Amino acid sequence: MRTRRRLTFDRVSLMVVFLGIPVALYLAFVLYPFTQAAWYSLTSWSGFTSTQQFIGLDNYVHLAQDDLFLKAVGNSLVLLVVVPIVTLVLSFALACLLTFGGSSTGAVRGLSGSSFYRIVSFFPYVVPAIVIGIIWGRVYDPSAGLLNGVLTGLGLERFDKFAWLGRSSTAMPATVAVIVWTFVGFYMVLFVAAIRGIPAETFEAARLDGAGRFRTAVFIAAPGISGALRTAYVYLGIFALDAFVFLAALNPDGGPANSTLVITQQIFSTAFKDGRFGLACAMGVVLALVTFAFTGLVFGVARWREKRA
Amino acid sequence: MTQRPRVQPAPTARPVRGTGRGERAVAVSSHTVLGIWSLLVLVPLLWTIVSSFKTTNEIFASPFSLPQEWQFQNYVNAWRTAGIGTYFLNSVIVVSCALVLTMVMGSMSAYVLARFQFRGRTLIRYLVVAGLTFPVFLAVVPLFFILRQLGVLNTLPGLIISYATYAYPFTVFFLTSFFEELPGEIAEAASIDGASEWRTFFQVMLPMAGPGMASVAILNFVGLWNQYLLPVVLNSDRQNYVLTQGMASFASAAGYDVDFGALFAGAVTTIVPVLVVYLIFQRRLQGAASAGGLK
Repeated sequence: MRTRRRLTFDRVSLMVVFLGIPVALYLAFVLYPFTQAAWYSLTSWSGFTSTQQFIGLDNYVHLAQDDLFLKAVGNSLVLLVVVPIVTLVLSFALACLLTFGGSSTGAVRGLSGSSFYRIVSFFPYVVPAIVIGIIWGRVYDPSAGLLNGVLTGLGLERFDKFAWLGRSSTAMPATVAVIVWTFVGFYMVLFVAAIRGIPAETFEAARLDGAGRFRTAVFIAAPGISGALRTAYVYLGIFALDAFVFLAALNPDGGPANSTLVITQQIFSTAFKDGRFGLACAMGVVLALVTFAFTGLVFGVARWREKRA
Repeated sequence: MTQRPRVQPAPTARPVRGTGRGERAVAVSSHTVLGIWSLLVLVPLLWTIVSSFKTTNEIFASPFSLPQEWQFQNYVNAWRTAGIGTYFLNSVIVVSCALVLTMVMGSMSAYVLARFQFRGRTLIRYLVVAGLTFPVFLAVVPLFFILRQLGVLNTLPGLIISYATYAYPFTVFFLTSFFEELPGEIAEAASIDGASEWRTFFQVMLPMAGPGMASVAILNFVGLWNQYLLPVVLNSDRQNYVLTQGMASFASAAGYDVDFGALFAGAVTTIVPVLVVYLIFQRRLQGAASAGGLK
């Protein structure tokens, strides 16, 4: 029910105050900076001069030859692939256990006490990411950390003083584990809600056909919540491309042999440590292009498959 | 937005599959897996709490034992020496002002976008939603200079306006669909009764949108309290640090000289407010998260 009426003072003043002022602020502080960044990326601006010198695509040419930046892009792409997949598989599996992993003789039933698991698992999502990073930095501590203590306690002596974040072979997997730890519960809750939205008859039909729980999960639950899975994949991908806060807390300097250096850390240090704002903006544009390409790819593939189906 | 109603499967007359014992085994293994996951979540957090009551020496000598003497002093040290008290206060000021600002702006804009017909409406909606997809990192460098030009770089007001405007697109996005679903007849009746447009919004529509507003406000609170990038870039005056930023600098400050007991105490202090809000509102928060995430 929308209304179209004459322009009275009442109505105009409401439009100006309700929409005009907020949108103006939003344009000035959010959208305008994005367009500014695109312009700065074509200049050699250091951030300290009053004028910016236009240099065309030189910054991008420079980035294409910058091994450190390419390394960071590679690491970001690894995160983009690994983080969403591991998180989604784990959270989907846990959501299935919660929704139809209970004992049942007649009907498909959820697990008793499921709200406890939901409350606990969701919790890391509300903890500030920087604090999660700090806590896990201590958990991974070689000599006084929780992880090595548990592992040596289980008799695995080789993990005494094992530096998880200090070796180039384990730094990235250890970082991924922390990010996954943070997000699994959140997506589990999302998927539980989505699975409960699937009509119960669908589950019943599958059971009458003799499908076990694993087959039910793969052939009923997963297709039934494909929309939620896709949205989650995009969110996680966009987040994985950022991930600045976790990496800043766990490995502020990019990790051993730059094994965990990502684009956003490069942007930050190029802009605010080296004072090369033009170049940093070019990196930001590259990050934005990767983000758009990823989002477009996920939704594009989905649309293509829907058309074929 | 509360939890979706649980789907109640139709009862079947006869057991279609499995014996009681086999079914129980399935439930037991489900409980085992979920229990292990819960432990993986809880143990690092409990370890943090216990460590926050130990001396630094104790943390390194016996990471697993309970503290010999509970060091409440760590909290005093974190609060005073490490400045967590100041940062905490800054966080409260910035988050509460930004939250009010973004909720006011967001609900007003969402109301107009949802219920008024005018030229450019679709364009504005797209512009606002676009803000959800851009990587914030691209914007921070220019934003730094915009705030500097306005003279609010490194100040709390500068941070508040940035927080509010970056939370604005999500708030509008979420509330627009909420206002669209409210019945139009009541607003009509109010205007026939002679209420002005302003009055209709504040006295009729806003109260009806209460549940949606609350959900968005809680999600925004969590997001703003945990914000890290904006303060790190836009707020380098130590006096104005917010909690997340203060914790980061505390953790990296003196390398090996960090007072680890106080560091853990600071971490606990940072978590407690969100934990309290979460435990009180967890149903609403989880419901809002799934409603927003499934769209």
